[in-house]
Amino acid sequence: MTFYILKRCLLFIPTLLGITLITFILMQSLPGDPVQGMVGERASPETLVRIRAELGHDRSLPMQYIGYLKLLFTGELGRSYYTNRKIAEDLYQKFPNTLKLALTAMLFASVVGIGIGTFAAVKRDSIWDRLVTLISVGGISIPVFWLGLTLMLIFAFYIPLLPPSGMGDGSLINIILPATTLGTFSLSYIARVTRSSMLESLSQPYINSARAKGLPEMEVVLKHALKNSLIPVITLIGLDLGSYLNGAVLTETIFGWDGIGQYALEGIMKRDYPVIMGVVLFGSIIFITMNLLVDISYQFLDPRVRVKK
Amino acid sequence: MQFTLISKTFDANIPAVIAALLLVLLAFTAIVGPAFIHYRPDAVDLNQLKQPPNKEHLLGTDSKGRDILSRLVYGSRISLSVGIIASSLSMCIGIFFGLISGYFGGKVDMILSQIFDIFLAFPSLLLAIGISTVMPPGLTSAMLAITLVGWAGFARLVRGITLSLKEQTYIEASRALGASSARILYKHVLPNALPLLFVAGSLRVGGFILLEAALSFLGLGIQPPAPSWGSMISLNRAYINSAPWMVIFPGLAISITVMSFNILGDFFRDKFDPKMQA
Repeated sequence: MTFYILKRCLLFIPTLLGITLITFILMQSLPGDPVQGMVGERASPETLVRIRAELGHDRSLPMQYIGYLKLLFTGELGRSYYTNRKIAEDLYQKFPNTLKLALTAMLFASVVGIGIGTFAAVKRDSIWDRLVTLISVGGISIPVFWLGLTLMLIFAFYIPLLPPSGMGDGSLINIILPATTLGTFSLSYIARVTRSSMLESLSQPYINSARAKGLPEMEVVLKHALKNSLIPVITLIGLDLGSYLNGAVLTETIFGWDGIGQYALEGIMKRDYPVIMGVVLFGSIIFITMNLLVDISYQFLDPRVRVKK
Repeated sequence: MQFTLISKTFDANIPAVIAALLLVLLAFTAIVGPAFIHYRPDAVDLNQLKQPPNKEHLLGTDSKGRDILSRLVYGSRISLSVGIIASSLSMCIGIFFGLISGYFGGKVDMILSQIFDIFLAFPSLLLAIGISTVMPPGLTSAMLAITLVGWAGFARLVRGITLSLKEQTYIEASRALGASSARILYKHVLPNALPLLFVAGSLRVGGFILLEAALSFLGLGIQPPAPSWGSMISLNRAYINSAPWMVIFPGLAISITVMSFNILGDFFRDKFDPKMQA
C-alpha cells in the first residue's frame, strides 16, 4: 500500500508540471508583453530588466519556462497589473474565506445530500423517491449564479431574513446563502450516489440477518447499511471540494464574498492577466492536490481495493 | 397508436418523454422561432424599460427596453449551437486521441494519457477562463475554451473502451487478415464504442451549456448585445430587486434546457449501459 501511495505521488509530479506548462503557454499567448504579464504594468524598469534576465527573455522558450518554474518554486506568482500587489499575498489572504465557504457548503451538501439519498433509498420507488430524483437532476441543471440570485431574491429581499451579500462581521448568518448556493450542485450528486449505494447495501444478505435478529429498522438502516454505503460518497465529497473552486468564482461574485473566486472575477473584468493566470494556476494545484488526497485515502477506506492490489 | 409507439420507445418513463418533447420544442424554437417573434432582440425601446410581463411584451422587457421573449428565442440558437457544436468538436478530438492511445498502447499511450490527465487536472471553469482570456471574447473563444475543457474526458473514455475491445478475437482476426490499424479502429472499435459515447455525450451537453452560460455571465463568452442567456442574467442582475423577471426567465430557460438533456442522458444511460456510474 505504501508503494501505491509513493507511486501516486510520483505520478502527481508530471501532472503538476503539465499544469504549469499549460499556464505558461497561455501566458505566452496573451496579448502584450509576457514579461509584463508576470511583473505588472507599474513595475520599474529595473524590475523589468531583472525579471527579463531571470526569465531569460532573450533565451529560448524552454529556458524561459525553466525560469518561470524557478520563480514559481519560490512562491512568486507575479504582481497585479492594477494594484501592483503581490498576487501570492492576495491569494494567501483571500483563500481562507473561500475555504470557509467551501467547507460550509460541503457540510450542508453532505448532511442534506446523504439524508435525502438515504430517505429515497429506504422509500424506494415511492413518490418521495421520485421527488428526490427530480430534485437531484434539477440541482445539477441549475446554473450556480442563477440559483444564487434567486435565493437572494427570495430570502434576502422578499422575505428579509438573510443579508443579501457581503461577509459582514464574519457571523454565520452571512454564510448561509452563499454556502447553500455553492453546495446545491454537490448535494444533488451526493444524494444520487448515496441512494444507489444504499440500495446496493440494503440488498445485501446481512441486512436480512439484522432484521431477522429483530433489530429496529432505523438501526438496521442507519447503523449497518449507511455506514457501509458511505465509501463512494466520501470519495465524491473529496472530489467535489476541489471543484468548488469553479463554483466559488460564480458564487463569490454574486454574494460579494471576498475569496479567490471574486479575486479572479475582478481580474477578469479588469483584464488583469497576472491575476487571472495566478488564480488559474493556484486553483488547479489545489484541485489536483485534493484529488491526490482522495485517491490515497481511498486506499485506507476501502479494504477491497487493498486486497486487489 | 403513436402513443403506444412513444411509450414503447421510452419505456413509459414520463420524465424522459417530457424531456424529449421539451428538447424538440427547444430545437423548433431555435430553428424557426425567430420567424414568429415580432420584436428584434436588439430593438431598444427607451419608453419600455424594465417592464414586467404584459400584453405587448409577454415576458417583459430588460434594462435597455428590449423584449425578453425575443431575446430568449434568439438566445436559444446561441446556447444550443454552442452546446452542440462544442460537444461534437470535443467528442471528435477526444475520440481521435482516445482511439490512438488505447489501441497503440506503450509509449504513445503513456504520453497521451499523461496529456489527458493534465487537461483534466484543471477545474473546468478555471481552464475555460484561462483559455478565453488569451483571445478577444466572443463566440470563437467560448467554443474553443469549452472544446479544450471537454475533449480529455471523452478521450479517456474512448481509451478505456478501446483497451477493453482491443483483446477481442475479431480484432485479432482482422489484423491477421491484414487490415490496417486505421481500418480496424474505424470499422470495428468505433462502432462498438458509439452507444457509450452517445450516453456520455448526452450527459455532458448539459454541462457544456452551463459552462457557456457561466462564461458569458462572466463576460468572457458571447458578448452583448448578442442575447446569450448567461449574459442576459449578468446584464440585468443589478435590478434583481426591482425587476426580477429579467433575471428569472433566462435562468429558467437554461435550467429547463440542461435538465431536459440530463434526464434524457440518464434515460439513455439506463438503457444502454446499466453498469455506468451516476
